[in-house]
Amino acid sequence: MPRRRRARKVVEPPSFKGYRPYGTINGRREGRVELHYEEYEAIKLADYDLMNHQEASGIMDVSRATFARVYETARRKIAKALVEGKEIVSVYGNAHLENDWFECDDCNSKFTIPNELLDKICPLCKSLSIKTILH
Amino acid sequence: MKTLITSKGDSTDSFFDLRFGRGKYFCIYDSETGKIEFIENLNADAQGGAGTKTAEKVIELGVKKVISGDFGPKAKDLLMKFGIQMVMINDSNKTIMEIIKSLS
Repeated sequence: MPRRRRARKVVEPPSFKGYRPYGTINGRREGRVELHYEEYEAIKLADYDLMNHQEASGIMDVSRATFARVYETARRKIAKALVEGKEIVSVYGNAHLENDWFECDDCNSKFTIPNELLDKICPLCKSLSIKTILH
Repeated sequence: MKTLITSKGDSTDSFFDLRFGRGKYFCIYDSETGKIEFIENLNADAQGGAGTKTAEKVIELGVKKVISGDFGPKAKDLLMKFGIQMVMINDSNKTIMEIIKSLS
């Protein structure tokens, strides 16, 4: 069995759902590139906030080597989208958001639990059977 | 504690509205007094910023819990900041009464 993939912490998810090329000469290509939240975060930390990989990996709570790998796949995906004229969509991936959402096993509702609320129950059906979800 | 539920109409038999900022009506249920009140959403047809304006309204009303289908990123941030609990239900066949019953 492969080793469990460690969730990469993402401070803020991307503010878009995707990017689409326009005015492509050969028409828009089929297919899309799925950019994960953690890949977006890696690009943001390294190339927008201009951090070095050591600092950035600390923020994302992974090792420097893992950060470098995430960053590399992110760059390759963006390059692929640009060269092949493909659409980019942002998908959740292996991220772990700072603000957690929960899901109730009984009624399937999704909800947040603000800090001031102490009891971890479903706000709708009062079920105790809730789990953290990657929103 | 006050709960806000987005609604398609202004009675408890109305269906639940999946949209937050552009839901037609808001049902406000007070779990202490049992009072149920409906108010029209004035931002439902706004050009933009409906989610933000609605979130501001929620804060103004002193609501602690909001039940809707989904929340936009800006509304989410604002509600998160003010410690308001968000609940998402993905079922538009529910009536307001059914939701209130499950709450109490």
